[in-house]
Amino acid sequence: MESINPILLIASIMVSATPILLAAIGETVVERSGVLNLGVEGMMITGAVVGFAVAVNSGSPGAGFAAAALASAVLSLSFGVLTQLLLSNQVATGLGLTLVGLGLSALIGKPYEGMKSPTLPKLDLGPLSDLPILGRILFSHDIMVYLSIALVAAVWAVLKFTRAGLILRAVGENHDAAHALGYKVVRIRLMAIFFGGACAGLGGAYLSLVRVPQWTEGMTAGAGWIALAIVVFASWRPWRVLIGAYLFGGVTVLQLNLQAAGADVPVAILSASPYLVTILVLVIISARGVHGAPGSLGRPFHPGL
Amino acid sequence: MDEPLLSLRGLTKAYPGVVANDDVSFDIGHGEIHALLGENGAGKSTLVKMIYGLVQPDAGEMALRGAPFAPAEPSAARRAGVAMVFQHFSLFDALPVAENVALGMETPPKTRDLARQIRDVSEEYGLPLDPYRTVGTLSAGERQRVEIVRCLLQEPQLLIMDEPTSVLTPQEVEILFATLRKLKSEGRSILYISHKLDEIRALCDTATILRLGKRVATCTPTETSARELAEMMVGSSFAAPEPRGTAPGEVALEVAGLSLSAPGAFGTPLRDVGFELSRGEVLGIGGVAGNGQDELLSALSGERLAPRGTIFLMGQDVSRRRPVARRDAGLLSAPEERLGHAAAPDMSLTENGVLTAARRERIVRRGFIDWARAKGFAEKVIERFDVRTPGPGTAARALSGGNLQKFVIGREILQRPEVLVVNQPTWGVDAAAAAAIRQALLDLAAEGAAILVISQDLDELMQISDRFAALNEGRLSPARPVAGLTMERIGLMMGGAHDMEVAHGTA
Repeated sequence: MESINPILLIASIMVSATPILLAAIGETVVERSGVLNLGVEGMMITGAVVGFAVAVNSGSPGAGFAAAALASAVLSLSFGVLTQLLLSNQVATGLGLTLVGLGLSALIGKPYEGMKSPTLPKLDLGPLSDLPILGRILFSHDIMVYLSIALVAAVWAVLKFTRAGLILRAVGENHDAAHALGYKVVRIRLMAIFFGGACAGLGGAYLSLVRVPQWTEGMTAGAGWIALAIVVFASWRPWRVLIGAYLFGGVTVLQLNLQAAGADVPVAILSASPYLVTILVLVIISARGVHGAPGSLGRPFHPGL
Repeated sequence: MDEPLLSLRGLTKAYPGVVANDDVSFDIGHGEIHALLGENGAGKSTLVKMIYGLVQPDAGEMALRGAPFAPAEPSAARRAGVAMVFQHFSLFDALPVAENVALGMETPPKTRDLARQIRDVSEEYGLPLDPYRTVGTLSAGERQRVEIVRCLLQEPQLLIMDEPTSVLTPQEVEILFATLRKLKSEGRSILYISHKLDEIRALCDTATILRLGKRVATCTPTETSARELAEMMVGSSFAAPEPRGTAPGEVALEVAGLSLSAPGAFGTPLRDVGFELSRGEVLGIGGVAGNGQDELLSALSGERLAPRGTIFLMGQDVSRRRPVARRDAGLLSAPEERLGHAAAPDMSLTENGVLTAARRERIVRRGFIDWARAKGFAEKVIERFDVRTPGPGTAARALSGGNLQKFVIGREILQRPEVLVVNQPTWGVDAAAAAAIRQALLDLAAEGAAILVISQDLDELMQISDRFAALNEGRLSPARPVAGLTMERIGLMMGGAHDMEVAHGTA
């Protein structure tokens, strides 16, 4: 047990949680607009492979992230067109999107297996990074870690304080009423889906470019599903999504360290512990206080009469 | 008054298979309350949706203050000074009043300023509202205030109101009318959609009557009798239910001290509900929507189990029995929501028949469905209750509201219930079908069944009930004979002044 360095452990939590956080905050926006996109896993892995390929070929991780966001957002638009314009079933289409993403990424990623990608540099925040302990834990990460937190704050502020956020929530709450007031339900939802796709793509790219950093088939390993669960258990609130993602990341890192340190606990239980702890804590959070799914979540919108 | 505020010329709108509006023309003057009258499906909503920019006309034109007016979307109509209060669908339950109001405005001010404006306007027009309350916790009357205040904040010249009184108590209707008259005195115009003739005669200056998408007449309602208006709406006269003189028999259903917690965040708990219902009797239960009607029906039907010793059917305690057991014992029910509660939308009429009649009509035997018998039963309902449909294989969803309602009520009646509980039996049903359903209920009572009708249509309850009681926040007033009840007393009962009533009655 002595082999676990608490400072390094806590510092790696932020890195470990970032992919899920990015995907989950995007999905939060999508679900607040009333759309249930179960394709997060597929969009993440598409982002992972596209980001990796572009970063390897261009030598620029920044270009990789941008390409990953764009690729996943475009993929998510296919979901948007199917569910919003052609009124296909959201659950089935989302599951399909995951399967497509997994298959497509395996195909694209074949030539890149075993390669190493350029990764993001750690930001040098000057005196902040030099702080004892806190500097290592909080201020010595790459830019995406801070961007993901800024994104959570931005989503929270937009939803709570701006008219655009109010309209997005209104569309998710009751699409018939929003339509009657003259808001473009389908267009707003397509934009939310696009944003959610881009976020999932960034999360996937973070896995393949920073967290691991290399490409292996199926490397998201259920991170997209965890992101979906976190959104629900966080009652669709951005800051709770942050808590959920960091909690999951924290337990994941801790159990890996415990495994490495040879703790006297069956490996299966250690591996399952992040999932169990996340669900348990989020259930406790959401069991109290007001929470509720957006009223129109997952319901098809027929703009008819 | 030389130039009208809004003039409509030859408006036409067709949907696949139906012409919703056919060459409709009329004018609305400044400071005029103009009624738009018609049965369900007469094209009233399509017409106002065109004025509000939700739907574009196929032909015809509109002019507002003499200038051409063709709003491409509701925000254009709002900018031009047209506002609309919807019958339903336009409030967001989970959002507070202020955000709901902001969503209906073009350029809402900051929340704090908006909250102050909401308070000011709502007090000025006698419609008190708390801007920070969540809409889901408001009563139907308060929700309507939210919609009206949302419109008033935009200083509209023309206010469109779609069936505004269908969810209000008589007292709330008076408050609303006072508000509307005040608006009129300020020179604003109101387009008032309704099918309640008394209201229109009391409130409106002019009335335009639509039937099957065409304008039938424009007249002055105060100079036209309710009967003439009704005949113009329907196009022919229809049979009013026959009064009857059966003496009530023994008690069939007794409910005592029934209390149940609310089923969800926006539900209503039942509080100490009690009544007796005899064979051959119709008990009408009125009340504003959301005061425990649905909860009472599900407690009686067995969807939610009641505490032991609260519901007795022919002297037997059925409180803890499930719906199937209650049906076996003769307690049948038809809930309000036709699609999704009373009937499964995507299943055929035959299948929907099996769903409730399986045991009483012996359609299911040894676990197998006798499809011939099931089809026969559905056909019997269709024939007896004049359900207009191609056949029993049609999906429930494909039927119009009135026809499906006739089917779901007929399905229960043909199972010869001892006690029948119906919620909103004629909601959204045209006048002829409503009359047929009411007559069928009365016939059933005449054969000795006990009938409980829960409805928000007071005229209907007065017409068919022997006794009347009102639900208010989950409490049921004592039942009183309908003969001799005044509108004022009914309003008090619906408003919850039961104690006064009792004191008054026993004194």
